[in-house]
Amino acid sequence: MSRLSTPHVLLALCGLLAAPVSAQQPADPTYARSLAATCFTCHGTDGRSVDGIPPSLAGQNRDYLLQQMREFRTGKRPATIMHQHALGYTDEQLALIAGYFAGITPGRATPAPAAR
Amino acid sequence: MMTFKRREFLKWAAAGTGVTALGGCATAGGGGSAGRVVVIGGGYGGATAAKFVKLWAPDIDVALIEMNEYFVSCPISNLVLGGNAQMNQITFSYDGLRKRGIRVMRDEAIAIDAEKRRITLASGGFVDYDRLIVSPGVDFLYEQIPSLNTRDAQMRFFHAWKAGPQTVALRRQLEAMRDGGVFAIQIPMAPYRCPPGPYERVCQVADYFKKAKPKSKILVLDANPDLVSKKGLFLAAWDGLYKGMIEYRPNSEIADVDIKGMTIKLQFDDVKADVINVVPAQRAADIAARSGLITANNRWCGVDWTTCESLAVKGVHVLGDATLSAPAMPKSGSMANQHAKVCAAGVIALMKGQPVNADTMMMNTCYSFVSADSAMHVASVHRFDPAQKTIAPVKGSGGVSKAASQAEGMYAWGWARNIWAEALT
Repeated sequence: MSRLSTPHVLLALCGLLAAPVSAQQPADPTYARSLAATCFTCHGTDGRSVDGIPPSLAGQNRDYLLQQMREFRTGKRPATIMHQHALGYTDEQLALIAGYFAGITPGRATPAPAAR
Repeated sequence: MMTFKRREFLKWAAAGTGVTALGGCATAGGGGSAGRVVVIGGGYGGATAAKFVKLWAPDIDVALIEMNEYFVSCPISNLVLGGNAQMNQITFSYDGLRKRGIRVMRDEAIAIDAEKRRITLASGGFVDYDRLIVSPGVDFLYEQIPSLNTRDAQMRFFHAWKAGPQTVALRRQLEAMRDGGVFAIQIPMAPYRCPPGPYERVCQVADYFKKAKPKSKILVLDANPDLVSKKGLFLAAWDGLYKGMIEYRPNSEIADVDIKGMTIKLQFDDVKADVINVVPAQRAADIAARSGLITANNRWCGVDWTTCESLAVKGVHVLGDATLSAPAMPKSGSMANQHAKVCAAGVIALMKGQPVNADTMMMNTCYSFVSADSAMHVASVHRFDPAQKTIAPVKGSGGVSKAASQAEGMYAWGWARNIWAEALT
């Protein structure tokens, strides 16, 4: 999947920027990382996918990621599996996850080493 | 690979060679280390936990005790049985973890002394820990099948439910079977490792028979009253792609086997076949049983799902298939991977006196192949519920594929490559 091309400003105008993190959010600074880590299983450690299938999330724009998750939820963006996952997280959690991946330098993961 | 400081390396080397002068290292570890985490078991749970403790807290010393030289993946191993993948595609080394500075010890943990925080190794040495992570997998309840309760018998009727030599051996039996023969698979009562696994195996063997031995049949003897996972999707394959090849018999609990007679004995019936694959019922593996970690039905290890710490033994965390599964949580590689990261974060917080994240989230994604290249999934998202003190599915989330597809076959391989890299790089 290519990175976003939609201008940032357009997303803002559409009111798609995340709401501020709610007051009930746990103070644990590793909370966002732990949430994002649930995505690593399929999308690679820190969102760096081994061969880009499923797509790397590392370094993607935060607002773009959040918009995609919302479109998966509503079905606007068709998916095989992502709508079922997106419905499992709150808006606040999705914002933290998107923020985490936006802060990672993009790249590919090294594949697991073969047996010698 | 010499990323260890010399002093640190000698310390670990001593642990591996039976020199037991490690008592002084049981606490802070010295040399600027924030302490020592030892992981028993290098499967999906243990390897991933070792990696993430080291990744998220490089100042913690991490050792992984694993009895096998290589990691062999259960996911995708059914494709090997179907001839749609090779063993070298599912067999990996632990070199990626070694490169990270994790001490990978090829040995077997035979006892845990939680008072002394000391592990006894089969090779005769000891390893001391500050926190221990046990990801032992499962062992089989062979005592429920008397005639299969000998090593000899187990070399005739394979389970192939731990990928490796058994996978190769069962594949050879299928290859050697005559066209027109019968393959029978016996499925235990849930819960067992990988709920959709037996039904995927049926698809893979059917795919092979359809191509190579079209007169052959498959008999599915399921102890459960119905298919345990992805029922509609598997039945669509059995009634479509493999029409007329598969006979499904629910409520078929095994009583015994007759090895010479090539027979599975059910309560009211004997069933003969040419290749017999018995998947026995399972429990947390021996080291968990020997260490007082089993808390439920003499089979599974109860844990606190915010850290995966054992409910029975403080300072010891348990992961993966060996745990007493939370509601609607499958025993899967995906789930073990998720346990591992929750556990790693929890272990680090506990060792550093930081707050533990109480809002645990976990996600499951399991793909099953119905043919060489077509797959489907089951997915779920789980969140910790403090009132119930367990982790439970989030209402409205999760589900299964509409239909198996080649697109999902591609995603299934993507899942595999990424979860392997998660565990082993």
